[in-house]
Amino acid sequence: MPATTEAGVFDESQLVAKAREGDLAAFNELVQRYDRKIFRLAKHITQNDEDAEDVLQETFLKAFEHLGDFQGQSKFYTWIVRIAVNESLMKLRKRKSDRTVPLDEPVDTGEDQVVREIAVWEDNPEQKYSREEMANILEEAVDTLRPAFRTVFVLRDIEELSTEETAEALGISIPAVKSRLLRARLQLREKLTRFFKRKGDDVFAYL
Amino acid sequence: MLTCKEFLQELNDYLDDTVDIELRRRLETHITECPNCWVIFDTTKKTIQVYKGMQPQVIPEDVHSRLMQALEKKLAAKRHL
Repeated sequence: MPATTEAGVFDESQLVAKAREGDLAAFNELVQRYDRKIFRLAKHITQNDEDAEDVLQETFLKAFEHLGDFQGQSKFYTWIVRIAVNESLMKLRKRKSDRTVPLDEPVDTGEDQVVREIAVWEDNPEQKYSREEMANILEEAVDTLRPAFRTVFVLRDIEELSTEETAEALGISIPAVKSRLLRARLQLREKLTRFFKRKGDDVFAYL
Repeated sequence: MLTCKEFLQELNDYLDDTVDIELRRRLETHITECPNCWVIFDTTKKTIQVYKGMQPQVIPEDVHSRLMQALEKKLAAKRHL
């Protein structure tokens, strides 16, 4: 392992330039910045620890290998997210190869079907639960979404990519991103209502 | 006056603050007059907020060290080309 450089003082394009020349310490700094996010993203899409670790490795190995192709027009993070999404989807397809490919499924635009429960939430729902309980509730809710919705939601609302970046990373159109994101948000809202609704409020009070 | 269905179709852009002033005004009017849509708006907004506040967990040390080993191996292989 090479000695640590003063990588912290470099900005990202300098780190990328150094890494391109084979400076592993500089690349390590880039890895440290994003590995947790890439691991989380891979875990959300593949829903499997082992696959997520493979994706993490493959993503950074490929990024290292193909740094010469990175034009610097997009952010380094967006670029590796694209690699990670492709690797994750490949894993997902491999595991579910006997079934139809989930990301290509047609989008049902019947948004109205997903709003069933209407109840007011607490003002600060996160304060009702411990950090750990909260993380579990949120993770489990995301995991129940279908892959096509889950992937879009994770990229847009957890990893905070733009609509355009999400469309590019998934190879789908902007309207498809928007429509899937709405479905995902509404489905999650529905699932979380059970945990976060204000005490004493009748679920159907407003219907 | 927007219908609830129309409101729902614009909900994402409203939440992401990408609607023009005129549409924003109509959406705001709708939720002051429609309690159901106000609840959907408020709870969807909170849904997005709780997920945005989620911190990624630390990667297990062995996972990280295996990644670094693989990278070093790759670098060594490159140098020998």
